[in-house]
Amino acid sequence: MTTNAPLIACHECDLLQREVVLPRGGIARCGRCRGELYRSHPHSLELTLAFTAAAIVLFVIANSFPIVGLKLQGQLIETSLFHTVKTLYVEDMKPVAALVFVTTMLMPALELLAMVWLLLPLRLGRVPPHFAPVFRMLQAVRPWGMVEVLMLGVLVSMVKLAHLATLVPGVALWSFGALMLLMAAVAATFDPRELWARVGVAR
Amino acid sequence: MTSAPVTAASLGLLACHACGLLSRPAPGSHDADCPRCGAHLHFRKPDSIARTWALLITAIILYIPANLLPMMRTSSLFGSQSDTIMSGVVYFWTSGSWYLALIIFFASIMVPLLKMIALVLLLVTAQLHSRWQQEQRACLYRLVEFVGRWSMLDIYVVAVIVALVQVQGLATIQPGPGAAAFGAVVVLTMFAAMAFDPRLIWDPVEKVHG
Repeated sequence: MTTNAPLIACHECDLLQREVVLPRGGIARCGRCRGELYRSHPHSLELTLAFTAAAIVLFVIANSFPIVGLKLQGQLIETSLFHTVKTLYVEDMKPVAALVFVTTMLMPALELLAMVWLLLPLRLGRVPPHFAPVFRMLQAVRPWGMVEVLMLGVLVSMVKLAHLATLVPGVALWSFGALMLLMAAVAATFDPRELWARVGVAR
Repeated sequence: MTSAPVTAASLGLLACHACGLLSRPAPGSHDADCPRCGAHLHFRKPDSIARTWALLITAIILYIPANLLPMMRTSSLFGSQSDTIMSGVVYFWTSGSWYLALIIFFASIMVPLLKMIALVLLLVTAQLHSRWQQEQRACLYRLVEFVGRWSMLDIYVVAVIVALVQVQGLATIQPGPGAAAFGAVVVLTMFAAMAFDPRLIWDPVEKVHG
């Protein structure tokens, strides 16, 4: 403890400890509560930016096309994500409609846009305007995006309806599957520490 | 640990929950804005225990209608039928999809229930300044934060089914009031977990060391 390494406080138990240099892919854990302090992310910014760009493309596709269709008596009824929100709204389930809209469309969209807003200019060596408020918004928004839960929900409802009629998987079903993996990759590679280090260099 | 643990708060330092920076507030003050990212900081989340209790008790009350009221109403030529969460689990179990019955049972019934029990445990032990099983409790809190979102599963199932089975000769399915109550339980328990300050688990250590 005699080094001059910077101090870091565990965000779960507030214990002060010295930062250590991590090997590639290593994770620093709190010496008391075992909570994660930080991890080594080689090329974090570049990877996060690449995953985010891919996720935005898939987000647009996933929200523009039907997720699943139901074939019954020669009739094909399809639903997109926005259509499910609209149906709940029309069925007088406004709070539930709002909940689905916020957790599967609004929050993921805000997360992806904030990522691009912060990461792209930093990659080019500039600090974007309103960096701090956008960063805080990003941190607040992240727990509320639930694309992976939606994916499981769609699969469960498909099994539930499979005995009623023939199910036709839509383009958006595959897009949501890929989007789910990409959002997980964004979350895994995103490193706020590197972000602020780059801001320090760019200023 | 050879010496008494030193926390940021004991040295008068604020750790930013958003960007991680340590900063020192003006002497005598209990809060400040993070000098780097501007987030509003406190040594401990303000009124953490009271706020968590308030959100948690509301969630516990709503858990009752969420399980008793129907999530979906199916009306067809052969009459109408209401489905609660539990009847959905039973349906999958008896129709042979036992793995789906287990997924829904865990995501919709066990996870919210265990989450509320875990938060009660964390709150009571924090209020008693307990030093019992601190590492396990810290782990429990991380688990509560991680699994909470999966309870949204049933809301999405209802949303997709209602949208698909609408304008047809055979049947229409409408969302029931249980869905709104259930959604409220999920959101309230997520807010409750966020309002709880896990650092309260560890604060009794310092008080004993003086």
